[in-house]
Amino acid sequence: MLIGLQGSGKTTTAGKLALFLRKKARKPLLVPSDVYRPAAIEQLVKLGNQIMIDTFTMPEINDPLAICREAKAYAMKHGCDTLIVDTAGRLHINDEMIEELINQKKLLTPRETMLVLDAMTGQDAVNIASTFNEKVGVDGIILTKLDGDTRGGAAISIKAVTGKPIKFIGVGEKLDAIEPFHPERMASRILGMGDIVSLVEKAQEVFDEKQARALEKKIRKEEFTLEDFRDQIKQMKKLGSIESIISMFPGLSKFRGAIDFSQAEQDIKKTEAIINSMTQKERLFPTIIDGSRRLRISRGSGTNVQDVNELLKRYMEMKKMIKKFTKGGIKGFPKQLFMR
Amino acid sequence: MNLFEKIREGLTKTRDQLLTRIEWAVKGRPISEEAFDAIEEAIILSDAGLETTEYLIRELKEKWKRGQIKTSDDIERSIMDEVEKILLPVEKEVDTNTHKPFVILTIGVNGVGKTTTIAKLAHFFKKAQKKVLLGACDTFRAAAIEQLEVWAKRVNADIIKHSQGSDPAAVAFDAVKAARARDINILILDTAGRLHTKSNLMEEMKKIKRVIGKEIDGAPHETLLVVDATNGQNAIVQAKTFHDALHINGIIATKLDGTAKGGFILPIAHTLKIPIRFLGIGEKIDDLVPFQAHAFSRALFHSKD
Ligand SMILES: Nc1nc2c(ncn2[C@@H]2O[C@H](COP(=O)(O)OP(=O)(O)OP(=O)(O)O)[C@@H](O)[C@H]2O)c(=O)[nH]1
Ligand SMILES: Nc1nc2c(ncn2[C@@H]2O[C@H](COP(=O)(O)OP(=O)(O)OP(=O)(O)O)[C@@H](O)[C@H]2O)c(=O)[nH]1
Ligand SMILES: [Mg+2]
Ligand SMILES: [Mg+2]
Repeated sequence: MLIGLQGSGKTTTAGKLALFLRKKARKPLLVPSDVYRPAAIEQLVKLGNQIMIDTFTMPEINDPLAICREAKAYAMKHGCDTLIVDTAGRLHINDEMIEELINQKKLLTPRETMLVLDAMTGQDAVNIASTFNEKVGVDGIILTKLDGDTRGGAAISIKAVTGKPIKFIGVGEKLDAIEPFHPERMASRILGMGDIVSLVEKAQEVFDEKQARALEKKIRKEEFTLEDFRDQIKQMKKLGSIESIISMFPGLSKFRGAIDFSQAEQDIKKTEAIINSMTQKERLFPTIIDGSRRLRISRGSGTNVQDVNELLKRYMEMKKMIKKFTKGGIKGFPKQLFMR
Repeated sequence: MNLFEKIREGLTKTRDQLLTRIEWAVKGRPISEEAFDAIEEAIILSDAGLETTEYLIRELKEKWKRGQIKTSDDIERSIMDEVEKILLPVEKEVDTNTHKPFVILTIGVNGVGKTTTIAKLAHFFKKAQKKVLLGACDTFRAAAIEQLEVWAKRVNADIIKHSQGSDPAAVAFDAVKAARARDINILILDTAGRLHTKSNLMEEMKKIKRVIGKEIDGAPHETLLVVDATNGQNAIVQAKTFHDALHINGIIATKLDGTAKGGFILPIAHTLKIPIRFLGIGEKIDDLVPFQAHAFSRALFHSKD
């Protein structure tokens, strides 16, 4: 079942998936359930005809549920092993229309509910994806229109926030313009180049540009707080696990297995937990964190006082260190954050 | 109901975030340089882009130094006024009376809402007693012609079409001829979605423009770019690129009923200075509002009103 905002590419993607699956020796049935948009059903029928794949239609019926129900029966009878259900585009905030999707999902019990998302989507992408996920439930994401100039940076944050994998990418208007998602290709897309120096630089572009700018200002004024520190960790995590970042780079993949990345991951998690256990005041003015506060924080974060001490020490070191970077902006900053 | 209510609704989050940040920045203390940093951050987060934001902050600071800004209310009001000032020059209705037929060529990337917007426009012009003709120049996308046909029927306008796969320039040519012969006031041409990065598709569009221009001097009279608000900053890039290649004279931003930030309109107005004709606020035929600088600046920045 394909769901998403208006115009994101659902219908086209339905056709693409059908072709893709047939190449894998499956027998898909296309099911258009967009009874709203003018000629939406015809669009899918035409796409089906182009690739000679059966499209289920019920002329004169404008109830998506009825269409889905009958399509299931039809598939059973005709030996189709996969239903690809196209749905009408809708806003994630339109509760009435979302309700319809929920009902459709109940009836279909689809193996995969895919959110079809336009790669050009701006700052709102994460909000859109998580709202669809919360309200309807999403198993995976298909990112379309990646043949344009977008680097798909949003994809990474979506993965981080919703935890849902990107399964396919659309790279053109033709029906064969679909690819299973390969993180390394996306990485080279987002990062442009394959060397570690540019990773650090480009990572900052994946990071929220504004936040980075705001942070830079704070650093200039030496106002870098533990709250900012935590934000940085969050941003860093958006890039994926350290191992996955490293493995994005052909030249570095040989290090896989050679270094214990899980330790580093653990450290990051711990750090975040500790900062989360602090009060806002403590995060803003870490100097007030005395012995009893340290004890409370360590208890709250399930760590020990040693860990809290370690973190505070690192934070003070970092504060010193980043001052050195201030002149040249914050280049190189994220790297330093985790390489002790 | 004021049609801008729908836009205000979609912009609620953006607006609240902005206002909270601004209030937080100046709350309980005299306004200082630092406050402006926080305000700058808040405006950037509304998708207004760096250049425009910096301009706004400069203007605000000037006012502050002249003693015209003292409270957070002053700041909000000043931002609104400055934004309105930026937007006012692009609040320009399209005057279709200058030519007959007046030819509108609609362009934009895939799925932004071109075809739907054309239907809305046709409806809008028909209400003003104009004779409208539609041209189905999207000969590429499956059922694009049928989609426009359904709309044409609904708004009771004639349509010129060829079959799928035919030359879009040929459709444009026929449509222009028909418009002349049928004493049409306004001809609106639908075209296939194209990413701004694809030079072959830009060339195709140039050819369509040439063909139209040969038939009617000065046509198309309006090269209308449709952008999707959901695209945020990318909409600005789209506008720039299309403008460079094809010289845009009007813009319609769609899907403002969604939760997109809306600030992207500012740089389009501020740096490109292309008139923003209408805003799309839904999928229905009436979901189109003429752009109003005053109302939009309020929708972005004013919680009350
Ligand atoms: N360049 C490019 N265009 C695409 C891609 N996927 C879809 N499109 C185009 O995007 C536009 C919208 O696609 P549709 O499949 O109609 O989108 P939809 O989500 O079904 O739209 P609604 O049903 O109206 O919500 C069409 O012009 C498609 O050709 C892609 O990967 N690349
Ligand atoms: N919510 C909302 N949806 C809109 C608006 N304008 C258009 N749409 C929807 O967006 C989807 C795409 O609209 P179209 O008019 O087919 O877009 P297009 O630009 O012609 O698409 P292509 O020709 O495939 O490039 C449809 O589902 C429309 O109903 C709007 O202002 N708000
Ligand atoms: Mg569709
Ligand atoms: Mg169209």
